[in-house]
Amino acid sequence: MIRRTAAELADALAAGETTSVEITRAHLDRIAEVDGAVHAFLHVDAEGALAQAAAADERRAAGAPASALDGVPIAVKDVLATQGLPTTCGSKILEGWVPPYDATVVARLKQAGLPILGKTNMDEFAMGSSTEHSAYGPTHNPWDLDRIPGGSGGGSAAAVAAFEAPLAIGTDTGGSIRQPGAVTGTVGVKPTYGGVSRYGLVALANSLDQAGPVTRTVLDSALLHEVIGGHDPLDSTSIDQPLPSLVDAARHGAAGDLTGVRIGVVKELGGEGYQAGVLARFQESVDLMVKAGAEVVEVSCPSFVHALATYYLILPAEASSNLAKFDAMRYGLRVLPDDIENPSAEEVMRATRDAGFGDEVKRRIILGTYALSSGYYDAYYGQAQKVRTLISRDFAAAFEKADVLVSPTAPTTAFKLGEKLDDPIAMYLNDLATIPANLAGVPGISVPSGLADEDGLPAGVQILAPALADDRLYRVGAALEAALLEQWGGPLLDKAPDLDKLDRRSGVSR
Amino acid sequence: MTADILVPFDEVLERYDPALGLEVHVELNTASKMFCGCPTEFGAEPNTQVCPTCLGLPGAMPVVNRKAVESAIRIGLALNCEIAEWCRFARKNYFYPDMPKNFQTSQYDEPIAFEGFMDVTVPTEDGEGETFRVEIERAHMEEDTGKSLHVGGATGRIHGAEYSLVDYNRAGIPLIEIVTKPIIGAGEKAPEIAKAYVAQLRELIVALGVSDARMDQGSIRADVNLSLSPKGSGVLGTRTETKNVNSLRSVERAVRYEMSRHAGVLDEGQKILQETRHWHEDTGITTSGREKSDAEDYRYFPEPDLVPVAPSRDWVEELRGTLPENPTQRRARLQAEWGFSDLEMRDTVGAGALGLVEETIAAGATPQAARKWWLSDMARRANEAGVELTALAVTPVDVARVQALVDEGKINDKLARQVFDGLLAGEGTPDEIMEARGLAIVSDDGALGAAVDNAIAANPDVADKIRDGKVAAAGALIGAVMKEMRGQADAGRVRELILEKLS
Repeated sequence: MIRRTAAELADALAAGETTSVEITRAHLDRIAEVDGAVHAFLHVDAEGALAQAAAADERRAAGAPASALDGVPIAVKDVLATQGLPTTCGSKILEGWVPPYDATVVARLKQAGLPILGKTNMDEFAMGSSTEHSAYGPTHNPWDLDRIPGGSGGGSAAAVAAFEAPLAIGTDTGGSIRQPGAVTGTVGVKPTYGGVSRYGLVALANSLDQAGPVTRTVLDSALLHEVIGGHDPLDSTSIDQPLPSLVDAARHGAAGDLTGVRIGVVKELGGEGYQAGVLARFQESVDLMVKAGAEVVEVSCPSFVHALATYYLILPAEASSNLAKFDAMRYGLRVLPDDIENPSAEEVMRATRDAGFGDEVKRRIILGTYALSSGYYDAYYGQAQKVRTLISRDFAAAFEKADVLVSPTAPTTAFKLGEKLDDPIAMYLNDLATIPANLAGVPGISVPSGLADEDGLPAGVQILAPALADDRLYRVGAALEAALLEQWGGPLLDKAPDLDKLDRRSGVSR
Repeated sequence: MTADILVPFDEVLERYDPALGLEVHVELNTASKMFCGCPTEFGAEPNTQVCPTCLGLPGAMPVVNRKAVESAIRIGLALNCEIAEWCRFARKNYFYPDMPKNFQTSQYDEPIAFEGFMDVTVPTEDGEGETFRVEIERAHMEEDTGKSLHVGGATGRIHGAEYSLVDYNRAGIPLIEIVTKPIIGAGEKAPEIAKAYVAQLRELIVALGVSDARMDQGSIRADVNLSLSPKGSGVLGTRTETKNVNSLRSVERAVRYEMSRHAGVLDEGQKILQETRHWHEDTGITTSGREKSDAEDYRYFPEPDLVPVAPSRDWVEELRGTLPENPTQRRARLQAEWGFSDLEMRDTVGAGALGLVEETIAAGATPQAARKWWLSDMARRANEAGVELTALAVTPVDVARVQALVDEGKINDKLARQVFDGLLAGEGTPDEIMEARGLAIVSDDGALGAAVDNAIAANPDVADKIRDGKVAAAGALIGAVMKEMRGQADAGRVRELILEKLS
């Protein structure tokens, strides 16, 4: 049951072969069985999920399912507000906070009838590429429990890869959906900026954040994307235009014909700094797309070399301001300073923020505060906005020559837990290939490309499309997926170690 | 704390030139808040008009209130400003317990309206009035903060308080901040110009209908910036910002006080601290607030959760068509319509009674009667109560009705004042009060005849004079009758009866 895709589960539900309660219970059982080792979840809502599943079964019995995915359970990254369910953003400062409202994405999931299994682990406030910066301990990669599952959405990706959930929601500010997808052998989509409402998404960097699907297949992502996407009057940056049919695009692509599609290989996103096995799998994917009829062109995006620096000015600037609201005045953690008798509000704020934020969060608050300071604004934040415009122009020029752009999603496969924890720059380099899409607001998907020869770990290929052309991701992604499945003779995750045979004490598979 | 050294006003002007600047915050009367759908009603139970957005809950997002943008544009147009074709909101970052997000969503270098002016009229000795052009730098949109209540201290201030409570009902209420350019060359007129500017601005806001415009409730709040420069030097001095000056009279007093205080500091060879000052209505002085050092850095940057505001030119022109008459033109028109002398007009404007007089006339009173009541009786009563004329519990319709009762001969001016007493005491309508207090004039010949007979009997000498044809002497007998009738006799009928009986 748990190894079926969301589309298969939906079909089984529609055919009356199973019930949502049965499916939901199977996933809850799986969570109970393996999450002690994987630690994908921060909070599991078994009772709530089963109640929602029962309601879905009633709707279906009455002949009125709420959507195609009605009754298919889902996991939600802990950065989205869920009414009545704790929302911590992986931070101590929000420990125990239960939002009084639902994020629009969550409201749409509920409206479509997807039972919410729980909230998934993440780097604190989505700052990180390994989920090691969670205040509640890291998530482990189901392919090798000693390795990172990527980040910041490592919990969502690991939950889907470990068959704890058929679907999950992630958020992507610089690669937090796509990079975990690549290193866990799952599919992740960052929609066009404004394509999915950010209302209720606890902002890391408002101008970059975007919520999106985390799944095991391209079609499942398309199904989920259609549930959560579309205009929301509560988010003024959300786009008021109908989405192209993404499910149709995925089904069309799965037929395997890419005739007439121009694939642009981005010169700047490859080569030095990229692991040989990752590059080999990428080249293989490009070859398969050509075999399917696509035409390959090389495109150059010279400003991309400045993307990382630009990102690490814009993100901390916005984050430093967003995180100011965590001040112990209205919700979350409140810490009274030890050494002060009658502390003022400001002293309580200081003590709380000191105790409640982790080092990476503090690092970025300091960076952002500095970048916005008078006298430095023009040189840092102002300059970064200009480079951002150049990056958008590079994309525009590249999309003149190509319908989609492709690159490896992440430069390496999953590294060992702790390996890069003390080297922030090495950690930041993980997002080299994913960041440009966020800076320009264009959509991207990561599709598993196979296992790297040197370590046998999954790698991913990233496909990027122009803003609002998310359908192209699904067409090309599904075609590539179909070709790869044929080559592998089944899903890549079939090659993952069996978590059922875990040695519980060490948390390492035998 | 040592007392401020205050230099007499005339002496200040011998040695210094003042430079004024005014920042006026106008709370808009939109039904919902600037960035969410919460209601804006004044005086609700604390924290009942809040939602995730105005409480700054994690994940919540703002959406711009179109009506607030409309009001901002109309204010900008009425102040002869240019309206931005494209502008953004910005975050003003600083920590404060009553600010939910610890940044205020405001506008920084891209205000919705900029480069305008207002012509302000101040009185001159010859009664002509003089016009100063106050240049407007900008009018921008922002959100209000919550309100802290400090409990347990004697003063209601944070120092000495046991604990503080915060009411977020006010958080997110739309504000328009209107900032003047430095007003230079005002000299001795500086205090009056400051007052006249705020008064005229308030008048304009009322005419636009975009705010309750109640200074006493804080829906218009003025900050007064002032600096002095050595006479004739042309170099701007260090300024102070006196916050929340909440009546027109106080605006003038605060300018006057700060001019005297600055001169005292400068005369001693000391420097003016660039700081915020608090105005104390009761004692009429300012005291030091927080020091505004250069270190204060709000780290402004464009609000990434909001798309730019780009009002179409068509919309702006459509809004221009909704503007009320320019106050200067309106005054000229009304003066001609009402036949007021310059002095009468100036007094009416100066008392803040223009609108009240206009409405009273519209309700049926003659211009002179309307002016008389508002500028004499009502002005005195407002002054005694320490409130604005508009805050009195007497409406233009009431005044017009009282005057109508006088015109109908039911009461006279003296009795009318008692009707106003009743109105202020909340006793009902003018007619009800006249009835209940038994104020109606007696014109019944039976009752009057008896009183006239008594008066004649008591004053035989006067009666003889009248019999001799000295009709002017009748006044003494009328007075006697009035006294007996407690002022409620119809004086005209009494005179007729006297002359009949003594002819």
